[in-house]
Amino acid sequence: MITLEKRPQPSRLWVFATPVLAVVLTMLCGGLLFAALGQNPFETIRTIFLDPLFSEFAWFYRPQLLIKGAPLVLIAIGLSFGFRAGIWNIGAEGQYIVGAIFGAAVGLAFYPMESIIIFPLMIVAGALGGFLWAMIPGILRVRFGTNEILVSLMLVYVAEQLLASMALGVLRNPDGMGFPGSRNLAQYDSATSWINQSAGLHWGVAFAFIAVICAYVALSRHIFGFNVRLSGQSPRAARFAGVNPSRLVLICMGISGALAGLAGLFEVSGPAGQISIDFNVGYGFTAIIVAFLGRLHPVGILLAGGLMALTYIGGEIAQSNLGLPIAAIQILQGMLLFFLLAVDVLTNYRVRLGKRGIA
Amino acid sequence: MTEPLLRLSGLTKAYPGVVANKDVSFDIGRGEVHALLGENGAGKSTLVKTIYGLVKPDAGTMTLEGQPFQPAEPRAARASGIAMVFQHFSLFDAMNVAENIALGMENPPPQAEIAAKVRSVSDQYGLPLDPTRIVGELSAGERQRVEIIRCLLQDPKLLIMDEPTSVLTPQEVDILFETLRKLSAEGTAILYISHKLEEIRALCENATVLRLGEVVGDCDPRETSARDMAELMVGTVLHVPERAEKPAGEVVLSLNGLSAKAPHRFGTPLRNITVEVRTGEVLGIGGVAGNGQDELVAALSGEMKTGRDMVQFKGNGIGQTHPNARRKIGLLAAPEERMGHAAAPDMSLTENAILTAATRKELTSRGFVHWGKARGFAKEVIAKFDVRTPGPQNAARSLSGGNLQKFVIGREIMQAPEVLVVNQPTWGVDASAAAAIRQALLDLAATGTAVIVISQDLDELMEISDRFAALNEGRLSSPRPAQGLTVDEIGLMLGGAHDMEVAHDHA
Repeated sequence: MITLEKRPQPSRLWVFATPVLAVVLTMLCGGLLFAALGQNPFETIRTIFLDPLFSEFAWFYRPQLLIKGAPLVLIAIGLSFGFRAGIWNIGAEGQYIVGAIFGAAVGLAFYPMESIIIFPLMIVAGALGGFLWAMIPGILRVRFGTNEILVSLMLVYVAEQLLASMALGVLRNPDGMGFPGSRNLAQYDSATSWINQSAGLHWGVAFAFIAVICAYVALSRHIFGFNVRLSGQSPRAARFAGVNPSRLVLICMGISGALAGLAGLFEVSGPAGQISIDFNVGYGFTAIIVAFLGRLHPVGILLAGGLMALTYIGGEIAQSNLGLPIAAIQILQGMLLFFLLAVDVLTNYRVRLGKRGIA
Repeated sequence: MTEPLLRLSGLTKAYPGVVANKDVSFDIGRGEVHALLGENGAGKSTLVKTIYGLVKPDAGTMTLEGQPFQPAEPRAARASGIAMVFQHFSLFDAMNVAENIALGMENPPPQAEIAAKVRSVSDQYGLPLDPTRIVGELSAGERQRVEIIRCLLQDPKLLIMDEPTSVLTPQEVDILFETLRKLSAEGTAILYISHKLEEIRALCENATVLRLGEVVGDCDPRETSARDMAELMVGTVLHVPERAEKPAGEVVLSLNGLSAKAPHRFGTPLRNITVEVRTGEVLGIGGVAGNGQDELVAALSGEMKTGRDMVQFKGNGIGQTHPNARRKIGLLAAPEERMGHAAAPDMSLTENAILTAATRKELTSRGFVHWGKARGFAKEVIAKFDVRTPGPQNAARSLSGGNLQKFVIGREIMQAPEVLVVNQPTWGVDASAAAAIRQALLDLAATGTAVIVISQDLDELMEISDRFAALNEGRLSSPRPAQGLTVDEIGLMLGGAHDMEVAHDHA
């Protein structure tokens, strides 16, 4: 018989070991899944997890890792504050889109002027766009007690419609022969987020690292991080400690929205290049997995963002080289979150095998 | 009684680093009210958890009605007729009383049937309880009734009660005892865990005393003095709080017609509370749980905002002031619920020190936490208040109730407040820790702090208060000097007792 025994306090070892265990379990079950699809499981797992880093084409894939990882980390860092405080912003994807629209709009407004002031303005606009979009569910929750999960999620679809209308309407490239989509910002020197395109380096990568450091400092050293953690664990104790719950909701929504908006801006002015109908590819949702896979800890999120980027790129390789369907890759990513949440129980509980009472 | 109901022989249970029970043996007869006495950490909880199937002993056997008894889990223990009322309640706040009771059942009947049963049992045993109320809105005393009724619905052979009276008024205690005696007369044995010795003397026929996991004595409480039992339990001579005579100081805190709406549906509105508290005095506020205690503490701590001048600190209206601003000027509070209100269970003691002491002990500068300083402060509290824990890095939830309470009260006292408000400072705390907490409160008052103690333990209030007032349905009686007040007079001040009398008559 297997029994679970509550630990007097969370195990430090398992806090770090559970993500590793979850990755191992995902590889095992993913292998079984690929075997069932008629693939060689070992080759598939190797293709997804190792080829991006160590194959002969790794020089091409490694920069991709930065490009895919940066938005994930940036968004996940923002989400982690709210998630720790029990504020569930599920709509980062929408904030990412609106941030991109705001930022791109500012950049396009200046076209074709060249000035070093343009990109900083775009950054501010991108953050503001995401922030404002996140304030909608935030204010509705604080004022009317609506559920921020539903509101923020539904606003993603609103944002997607907004994106489509922008790509087809106001922001459409006037020189684009009527094709949908804006001018290419990556080719507009004052507005591009690229620092070194061949190395995969853009300002989003830099901001992701800065966000990790700032979040780490805020959570471990600053009273704000303390209040965030306290509110998540014991809302009543937080109020007793003087935390204003409404203000905290707005701050956490604001941070996650602003960072998602930034991620959107860096993406649209770099790797994506333009506002287009299919601009968003789900970073905002995958970032939720990244946040939890990284245990809502900034350094963990950095590592988890890298891992997730790896499965994206590895997945693409597996698609093109092995003909694996994209759904299989998405299942793999889903499995990762599933196993992580499942083995999480080990942090707070100890498993006892066999021993029935001797009495 | 030829054969005991339950016989424990040589029960031993060791945890890493500590032997919780060592060769514990005793019998409980049918219908016997058996007391289990001991300090915090004496092994009482481990022992009853063994009986209830939550802990498997390393050695030793139990027999129930002559049959070997080794419950693998509480469900098995319940099936054998063992029921338990825990000190910490296991109730879901968001559900109502009947739903909570249904959750504890193997095959719950329809809600209406449960509600009817709850009503009949609560009438039969004089434990007033409305099955449709939401548990989250109930007071601690009322929550306990849910647990008791939940147990009684199982028709247990043995009812285990862990510190049942800590949240009850004298009248409620009398009614509970009436219930327990009735059960005992019907043949239900009761294992009664407490350290309130007078209660045990009034109720129990037999007592087993545990100290450091071992049985150190058996006695008939009706023929043993409380003092003898206490010394058996503690192993040393008990310390009675001392009070120094002092002149009345200046008014430091005054409540002027403090009124507030109930913060939630089943809360109690505060109604026109007017009282002045002077430096160096202890104002005791008695009353049955749910009569506005939590709301009064919230209005003082700043968790609940009120009219600005309804709460005045040294003449300044602070009714709208933020909790930390109140702490800064010296008004501190320690709420009743330790886990989740006064302390965050999953956070370390260091972090819990920051919880209220950040402002006053300057544990942060420009928002950045000085972890070293915070750890130092937590260590000071641990050392000064004899909190039994390996160190400040341990999670609050790893501490026993008494130890956490010492930490929570100590954390406020060590900040040298000008006014300290404490709610139920010794609830569920063992005798020696309770004495230490009371002494610390008196020592604090001796340094000139005004102390407001809200408690349901009238003996405690009489022991430490200079003045006594009663809180009833959100109204505060005018305070009277505590010296010379008789139990009857107090009973009259606590108008809330009327309901209890009615219930009593039904019983």
